[in-house]
Amino acid sequence: MSDEPQSTLTHAVPERAEPQVAGETVLELAGVTVELGARRILDDVGFRLKAGELTGLIGSNGAGKTTLLRVILGLLEPTRGTVTVNGADVGRSVGYVPQKFMLDPDLPVRARDLVALGIDGQRLGVARPSRERRERVARMLGAVGAADFADARVGRLSGGEQQRVLIAHALISHPSLLLLDEPLANLDLHSARAVVELLARIAREQRIAVMISAHEMNALLPVMDRVVYLADGRAACGRAEDVVRADVLSRLYGHRVEVIRAAGRVLVVAGEGDDAEPTHPHHLDAEEH
Amino acid sequence: MQALLHAIVEPGFFADGAVQTAAALGGVVAVVAGLIGVFTVIRSQAFAGHALSDIGSAGGSSAYLIGLAPLWGFVGISVLAAAAMERIGVQRARGRDVATGVVLGVGFALASLFLYLGMTYHNASGEIPTILFGSVFTLSASDLPLVMGLGAVALLVVLTLYRPLLLASVSPELAAARGVRVRLVGGAYLLALAITVALCDLTIGAILSTALLVGPAAAALRLTGRPHRAALLAAGISLACTWLGLLLAWDSFYWPPLRHGWPVSFFIVTLVLIAYLAAGALARGQTKRG
Repeated sequence: MSDEPQSTLTHAVPERAEPQVAGETVLELAGVTVELGARRILDDVGFRLKAGELTGLIGSNGAGKTTLLRVILGLLEPTRGTVTVNGADVGRSVGYVPQKFMLDPDLPVRARDLVALGIDGQRLGVARPSRERRERVARMLGAVGAADFADARVGRLSGGEQQRVLIAHALISHPSLLLLDEPLANLDLHSARAVVELLARIAREQRIAVMISAHEMNALLPVMDRVVYLADGRAACGRAEDVVRADVLSRLYGHRVEVIRAAGRVLVVAGEGDDAEPTHPHHLDAEEH
Repeated sequence: MQALLHAIVEPGFFADGAVQTAAALGGVVAVVAGLIGVFTVIRSQAFAGHALSDIGSAGGSSAYLIGLAPLWGFVGISVLAAAAMERIGVQRARGRDVATGVVLGVGFALASLFLYLGMTYHNASGEIPTILFGSVFTLSASDLPLVMGLGAVALLVVLTLYRPLLLASVSPELAAARGVRVRLVGGAYLLALAITVALCDLTIGAILSTALLVGPAAAALRLTGRPHRAALLAAGISLACTWLGLLLAWDSFYWPPLRHGWPVSFFIVTLVLIAYLAAGALARGQTKRG
């Protein structure tokens, strides 16, 4: 794949008027390519995120979702391309909720302590306790609906409760961009819906660009303003109804896929036979320019 | 309780110079071990801590061979071993046990060599139990400044790195996303751990020192869910076990079968175990009531 020449941008989707509510650009990726040895993990990915919008980063396991998030966080230098946060190079105004991790139930860290570490956990020394600090943590816990278990050890909380605490940890430093890596994995339907609604509300009310990675998009469909669909390291970007279409995704995957809509849900399945598109486009972009 | 009263009645315990030195040295080491040990338990590095202390027997025995104070041997070999573990990959969850195991094996090989040489050429058979099982009563007051200095270095490292270390211990990913240099912080902690282990080697012996490092911390973690409270509580439990252990050891001079005293390290480690079990019972009681 890597011996192919760099092709020009292919507009897979006709341009549409931008909704007036969208805010300023918070994150811009242009031509981001990540190569590890001979493998190309991300291939010329470019898109923009705007304040107040919720974006789904959709793709199957191994599609490059976590790599893309690591690039945005500045933990991984792209081989080519640029990442711009708030007009500057990757700064510290990115909140991050990592993929579900197992916390030791005996860990002596309360929900409250973990949120406080979100204020200044990277600083040296011990935090000086103050009423202002305590109240700020309490307000944040209240805002994500975590006040009831603020004094419980984080390792003993349920998956949905831990997500709320981690979201509070990420939000308390007032980021302009919030990234969440598979926050809905391992959550039951009810908790997943509650977390998604919380994130949508946060995006709207606090004018933050929120990006949620998921291998399954249905839980995000009702609230997603925009989708970045990853397959084999390539991305198709735009509104969900413009990207999640048989023709766009078939070109992205390089073989025939069908998009089935039933009962308000979307299913992407491999199509009949192996009649792949002859063009095999190198890049796909549904982003308005 | 009876033992305590008995000792208070007998003026010998508090007046004895060896006891005072042991109480001071043992006390300093106990507090450092408790505070540092909480992070050892949180970071699941108890095995690494244990390996560092076992390797300490190689340091103690080699120091004896070349005529140095054992503490220098303990510190030197612990720090070297910690550096080796770091190189092999003790901070990666998957490489952790392998890195520790490899270094532990080499350490034991060296220990067996040095102990053998010591026995053969220096007739050091009396020193070996001291290196392996410690004897806080045999320490000299002149060790105190060095022990306090080393303890201060370990505490300073952990206090300076407190927030990033705690965050990295909860989740390396969360810490890295905030710009914490996770590996550097982990390496610095490993250094503090190596120093602490060396101090424990000195007071309760290379074989038993993990008990003092991990036991009070594990007991404290059962009792409180707050990080700094856990650290202070662990230091308190560790100090109480050490001092009570000294007292019992002093008293055991009149105990059967030998009427020659039982080893003090035995008492300290047993008390640590009792504290751990008691903390478990207390924690279970709390959950039932709650």
